[in-house]
Amino acid sequence: MLRTWRQRITFSDIVVWAIGLAIAIMVIYGTIATLRLGKYSPVTWLDLVITGLALGGIYALIALGYTLVYGILRMINFAHSEIFMVGPFTAAFLADALVKMGIWNQYPFLSLVLILVLAAAVSATIAFLLERIAYRPLRTAPRLVPLITAIGASFFLQYAFRGLYGSGLKGFPTLNVFEGRWTMGSIEVMKARVVVIIGALAMMLILYGIVQYTKFGKAMRSISEDKETAALMGIDVDRTISITFIMGGASAGVAGILYVILFPVAHFFMGFIPGIKAFTAAVLGGIGNVPGAFLGGLILGVLESVGPSLFLDGMGIPAPYQLKDAIAFIILVFILIFRPSGILGERMSQAKA
Amino acid sequence: MSKRLFVVFSLLIAATMVLTACGPKAYECTDALGCVTVAPGEPIHLAYAMVISGPDETLGIDSRNGAEVAFAMKGQVLGHDVKFTGEDDGCSAEGGQAAGTKLAADPTIVAIIGTSCSSAARVAMPLISQAGMVMISASNTAVDLTVAGNPNNHPGYLRTAHSDSVQGAAAARFAYEAMGARKAATIHDGSMYADQLQQVFAKTFKELGGTITTTEAVDPNQTDFKSVLTSVAATGPEFIYYPIFVKAGSLITRQAKETPGLENVKLMGADGMFSPDVVEGAGDAVEGLYVSSPDLAAFGADYAAVFLPKYKEMFGTDPISIFHAHAYDAANIIVAAIEKVAVQDKDGTLHIPRQALRDAMYGTKDFKGLTGNLTCTPTGDCADPKIAVYVYHVGQYPPERIWP
Repeated sequence: MLRTWRQRITFSDIVVWAIGLAIAIMVIYGTIATLRLGKYSPVTWLDLVITGLALGGIYALIALGYTLVYGILRMINFAHSEIFMVGPFTAAFLADALVKMGIWNQYPFLSLVLILVLAAAVSATIAFLLERIAYRPLRTAPRLVPLITAIGASFFLQYAFRGLYGSGLKGFPTLNVFEGRWTMGSIEVMKARVVVIIGALAMMLILYGIVQYTKFGKAMRSISEDKETAALMGIDVDRTISITFIMGGASAGVAGILYVILFPVAHFFMGFIPGIKAFTAAVLGGIGNVPGAFLGGLILGVLESVGPSLFLDGMGIPAPYQLKDAIAFIILVFILIFRPSGILGERMSQAKA
Repeated sequence: MSKRLFVVFSLLIAATMVLTACGPKAYECTDALGCVTVAPGEPIHLAYAMVISGPDETLGIDSRNGAEVAFAMKGQVLGHDVKFTGEDDGCSAEGGQAAGTKLAADPTIVAIIGTSCSSAARVAMPLISQAGMVMISASNTAVDLTVAGNPNNHPGYLRTAHSDSVQGAAAARFAYEAMGARKAATIHDGSMYADQLQQVFAKTFKELGGTITTTEAVDPNQTDFKSVLTSVAATGPEFIYYPIFVKAGSLITRQAKETPGLENVKLMGADGMFSPDVVEGAGDAVEGLYVSSPDLAAFGADYAAVFLPKYKEMFGTDPISIFHAHAYDAANIIVAAIEKVAVQDKDGTLHIPRQALRDAMYGTKDFKGLTGNLTCTPTGDCADPKIAVYVYHVGQYPPERIWP
């Protein structure tokens, strides 16, 4: 037993584990050092966690688009970050118009529904067209081809929308109902963050329900298992794939609106960083796996929000907040090394050879 | 080589020599860095390296507009039109590298106006300096670019913008004297511009008797600054100075108002945040945000009387950032230097010796520009710096001048 184990282990395994262990020790050391300093009160930590959960919910919704497409086509749709951008960027103009008409703060619920619908519709349309024009003709091509196409499509969308809406910042008006805080006992939470968490959770449940409990979801899952057999069973593969893209696009559009509720600025490059973070979240949770995307998003959001204050600060690293993004990418690297299939595993790909 | 061919060649060469000797005496370029020859009817090629896309584009586009106004008002230079093309410096080191490489490879370029951002200049300037060209920036403010002996100071570099040693100190005096702040925090984004401003601010603020509670850094592409602001809040500052760029600056302004403990803290940025995009991006939170900037009110009378109407006529808008007048002056310094050193043949061919052009530009003395009386130092600082502090109000651009 011990012998076989010793035979299996390689030198690179040891190095990797040593690096992992070193990082774990540094994180624990940093955490203890920070907590001993007592720079922040428990309320502050809670505030940071809630911020992280809100951010994580948004990552999760974007990650869902990556995961759904990966589950069904085995391809990373790198243009998804742009699908995330087009919705809120377009909706910003509608929001401006609503403000001018005096509807915005008068009927906040109606306004919110309107911009959500518009953003989801625009993002879904672009996602649908993207699949139709750029990916469908390449479905039988080697895997690398659609991947490169996705990157090209990403640039195309970025610069097309830059040409359309300009390259400056577009401010998003704030809804007065989401301003301020709710008080629960001694805890105060910002309304916008709670709204974002609830919105993301609701959207996630809807999508999970569709994938797991509807006939269409069954079709999706069967295509993911085996495209040819699914077609033989009478499933319209093209249509199912189109609808999958539309679903992913709509969730990206909703994520975009939640994002501008938190950070009320839209611009043509806004999708890039959240897109990469969401991709990390999808890989973290297990790509192709819907609950995995949600879990991955939340973990990433919270770590990013709490991490710099919790362990980087304590380690005595200068400028810890600049390294915030590094946390996400270090996690990605380590997930790929230690558990390539993610926390919950690639559920849909088990039958694949 | 066959014998006959050799004879033919020799004859040809001899003939050429005779013809050259008999013809009008041709200009001989003796300049250490070579000359640019502009044929009759050809334009003089000047270039820009500015940020003309992305979140910081107003800075670069505004400067480009300022230079174009200068060329339009000047008309022809020594009987030649001016051709003004350029590259995007992206306001980053990567962008500066790309722009610098492209510009340095084009031997027709006489001089460059740029870059917009100091981090781009740091990378682009070695390339441009090597190519023998001269570059004058309208908006680089990082201190080290014009410090003699500094590795970032290169021959052929000048600027009409003020050095941040002036701006950061002015901001510190404003915070300490006008605002009565004694405890200040600073945030920079790792860029050369922000880091140096922040250092000068901190140094002056401490000399005045204040304390710096913390110095933080952020990534300019981040959107969530909650954790860094929480950390800043824990140190209890009365004043936060974040001399960064529009995108991150707007979001920090917004999120600071939402961070417990920072609701009433005074916020201040620098000229990188002097843009209508800040009013757009920061929304209601922009109220009461201070920015330091070149003092537009101290500009000469020509600024309001001649420059602004022409700008508006050409671009249909009021200036969208603050370095248009500096770019206008930079363009005119180049033109004046060309007029001084260029040698003109009878047929109108123009020869511009590169080293002499550099020397002429460094020798600029008491130049009556829009931004003041400009005199260049041997390391290229040409500015006549006057700094003012402005305060933003919701939905209003430009902000209101309040100090000094």
